Amino acid sequence: MKISTIKELLNAQILCCEENINREVFSACGSDLMSDVLAYVKDQAVLLTGLVNPQVIRTAVMMDMICVIFVRSKKPGDEIIELAKESGIVVMITDKRLYEACGLLYSGGLRGNENK
Amino acid sequence: MSDKLTFNFDVDGEDFTSAGQASVQIKRNLRQLGIDSDTIRRVSIAMYEGEINMVIHAGGGTAQVNVCENCIEIVLKDEGPGIKDIDLAMQEGYSTAPDNIRSLGFGAGMGLPNMKRNTDEMKIESEIGVGTTVTMRVNYGG
Ligand SMILES: Nc1ncnc2c1ncn2[C@@H]1O[C@H](COP(=O)(O)OP(=O)(O)OP(=O)(O)O)[C@@H](O)[C@H]1O
Ligand SMILES: [Mg+2]
Repeated sequence: MKISTIKELLNAQILCCEENINREVFSACGSDLMSDVLAYVKDQAVLLTGLVNPQVIRTAVMMDMICVIFVRSKKPGDEIIELAKESGIVVMITDKRLYEACGLLYSGGLRGNENK
Repeated sequence: MSDKLTFNFDVDGEDFTSAGQASVQIKRNLRQLGIDSDTIRRVSIAMYEGEINMVIHAGGGTAQVNVCENCIEIVLKDEGPGIKDIDLAMQEGYSTAPDNIRSLGFGAGMGLPNMKRNTDEMKIESEIGVGTTVTMRVNYGG
């Protein structure tokens, strides 16, 4: 799935690195617990989260993720956007809740781990 | 590259929002050195977990990364409270992190086991009231 399709499915707004929205991603994960993301995520390129702080972006950087989606319209501050820009990570916000946002992407064909 | 390359960082313990800066920088440095991405990811994850631990549990410390021909060594040193029972701390789910850390997305007790999983060797030296040194090694290449 292209990142641009994610934007459409979630009716999301892109906050940075729009130049990368044609990149293809194969799986995603949703979590508010960075401990979990660091320990269990493997090869997912997209992170959906309700948590908003710089550690979310740094965690994504460590995991080689390329897209971070903040749910429930939680708007990240400039510092967070700057960090994402440094690593070319596409950041978006959507008004959907985490469960719903994950469900929309999943039923759109973007899976968790199994078909990577 | 027969000599080893060393990178040193101070890890600020005052400010949680800056935690992880050293790991982000190291990731960049290793990329510039042309190290393979799997090795870089393992080093980054292990160091990031360790860096966050120093900020959350020990009031900051120092990080040193040595890049050798066949391995990358990470040494994280702090002068925090020390770890009383290292075997217990290594268990998945054991955490003494306060609630405010949980609300920041950490404190599930998974960092140390994750560091061990991502490295080929890990040693924890700790003394109560003196501090903790975590030494990790990731082998790569040939
Ligand atoms: N540098 C340190 N100094 C003092 N205590 C530490 C240090 N690192 C870890 N600990 C102790 O070991 C426990 C387990 O650490 P671990 O990294 O596995 O989990 P955590 O940091 O509590 O949560 P998570 O890593 O999932 O965010 C900590 O809760 C803390 O009590
Ligand atoms: Mg930890």
